[in-house]
Amino acid sequence: MGDQLKHAVNWLTEPTRYFLGFGLAIVLVLYFRKFFAKSIVIIAFFVLGGAFLAFAWKDPNFAKIIGKPDNVPIVILLATVVFFSWLSLRKSVINDERIARGDPTLEGDFNRQKVFTWPDLVYTEFICLILFTAALVIWSIVLEAPLEEPAATARTPNPSKAPWYFLGLQELLVYFDPWIAGVLLPSFIIVGLCAIPYVDTNPKGNGYYTFNERKFAISFFWVGFVLFWVSFVILGTFLRGPNWSFFGPFEYWDLHKLEPMVSVDLSTYFWVNLLGQPRPDNILLREAPGFAFLGGFFLLLPPLLAKTVCRSMFQQIGMVRYQIMMHMLLWFGLIPLKMLLRWTVGLKYIVGIPEWFFNI
Amino acid sequence: MKKLLDATYKSQLWKSVFRHGYPDTPRNRTLAVLSNVFLHLHPVKVRRSGIQLSYTWCMGGLTFFLFLIETITGLLLMFYYRPTAELAYQDIMALREHVPIGIMRELHRWSAHMMVITVWLHMYRVFLTGSYKPPREFNWNVGVILLVITLLLSFTGYLLPWDQLAVWAITVGTNMARATPFLGHEGPGAALISFGGLDFVHAGDDVRFGLLAGRFVGEGALLRFYVLHCVGFPLVAATLMAVHFWRVRKDGGISGPL
Ligand code: HEM
Repeated sequence: MGDQLKHAVNWLTEPTRYFLGFGLAIVLVLYFRKFFAKSIVIIAFFVLGGAFLAFAWKDPNFAKIIGKPDNVPIVILLATVVFFSWLSLRKSVINDERIARGDPTLEGDFNRQKVFTWPDLVYTEFICLILFTAALVIWSIVLEAPLEEPAATARTPNPSKAPWYFLGLQELLVYFDPWIAGVLLPSFIIVGLCAIPYVDTNPKGNGYYTFNERKFAISFFWVGFVLFWVSFVILGTFLRGPNWSFFGPFEYWDLHKLEPMVSVDLSTYFWVNLLGQPRPDNILLREAPGFAFLGGFFLLLPPLLAKTVCRSMFQQIGMVRYQIMMHMLLWFGLIPLKMLLRWTVGLKYIVGIPEWFFNI
Repeated sequence: MKKLLDATYKSQLWKSVFRHGYPDTPRNRTLAVLSNVFLHLHPVKVRRSGIQLSYTWCMGGLTFFLFLIETITGLLLMFYYRPTAELAYQDIMALREHVPIGIMRELHRWSAHMMVITVWLHMYRVFLTGSYKPPREFNWNVGVILLVITLLLSFTGYLLPWDQLAVWAITVGTNMARATPFLGHEGPGAALISFGGLDFVHAGDDVRFGLLAGRFVGEGALLRFYVLHCVGFPLVAATLMAVHFWRVRKDGGISGPL
């Protein structure tokens, strides 16, 4: 029974299933939010999660990965993100019902009254602070900060991992070259975050939790933050071992595990497989299919969507905001697109010009 | 007892410091906030929803608190740590072995990890409550920069123990800079910036070199990261936090339905 569970978990956490499963879970939670907002759901999650942890801890491979002092924060991250996502969902569901009935929101109800900063706020802050300090001190006494062998630039550890909060980006290196995963996308995340208040013109949902009034915005952030950031950090920390190969949580980190990786460029697919001729020597001609594909993706898709699915949004926010938003979204859309293409047809690069370090 | 307290509140010493009695009347409660430079970060009265834990999750406040812990423990660590390739690791080792019940390094490290988490959750909360909407657009942007600074603080600190974990994590992280378009020697477009067959952007002068003061993570990088970690980024962070808090108040306090 125990072994079967371990096998099942190892099987489930394989990156393709992990990503699709996580994504599916988010869709289901948001869609059936009335159900998932129930208290019993979060209680069940933590009880089952705790039971699983207690069970899994006996496994030496599991304990070795999860129990690394520097990995403790990731467990906290997972627990807090799940809890607060649930909490916000619960409040949203309640507020949406209240709004539908024409009642004030939870927050609005509270706000009829203003309270003194001293003592109400100051005491809350003070209690928070004491509890938090106590927790940190206990944590610090129980777990010693790690210190490995002295630095040696000649000996590369395997795996070499960036600090945990960047592991989501390191995970993207599986699908993209560093200039995209490490430079372009992070920059776009920052720029995109800054642009949010200027692009989102929906006046509703300011200062209270709601889902119905901001369906797109909330779903977008859940997907962006929970799926593409947090879940990737967890994947990168717990499930990537030597050579950045995948290892299930109950698997031994074998240095020699090699994953067969046959991946092919789009240009090869086009010229060799489709047209049955060798790839042309001229770089631009060779990569023309890739450029055409990206051109269509970035230039045709926005107007096409504006006319169809995103019509009302386009009318609401106007041309400039729409273009900015779409181009940001399309860059991030490249991530799942490329993941899917890699998993299904083993695509390496859409445009692959290693001669110029220009691979997409 | 009552007498003693009364006498205290009336004494010159108490009055010289606080200028009001114990804050149990509206007047004194107002004065408690107004006449204290730290409490004065807050308005005198707040919306009830704004102080509800289940609304703000207290994450902004905790982030700030963690920043303070980092400042204090970091200061103590600086007494014992010398940022050179020769001494850095030894100093950390010594800290570990010679300081009884030494938990400063632990506090510093775990708080740093927590700060990254709380700042993410704070952003999540601000987004989910739509608190970036007018009039708070600008403060959201200040927040985004604070988020980046928080990560950079943590990242620069990661190198300082000068062990294998530190050096290689920073190596992996900064390797990305090599691939910066035009500015990194392995980035697209870098080869275009050449003159008469001479490359302008190469491993010895690209952005990564500038970041690390060398071609790999060495002593130059250690000093650079140390200075940024202990002086540069904290100053920027503290300044921006002041702006951030100021704006929270100027934008009408913690958000809530009108
Ligand atoms: C070092 C990092 C940060 C610190 C210390 C900090 C601190 C705070 C504090 C204490 C508040 C008061 C309300 C609360 O506790 O939730 C606040 C509000 C706010 N923060 Fe931050 N914050 C930081 C980073 C950020 C980030 C990353 C963002 C967004 C990207 C952000 C955006 C905001 C906004 C828009 C408000 C106003 C929210 C409202 O009125 O409900 N902050 N911040």
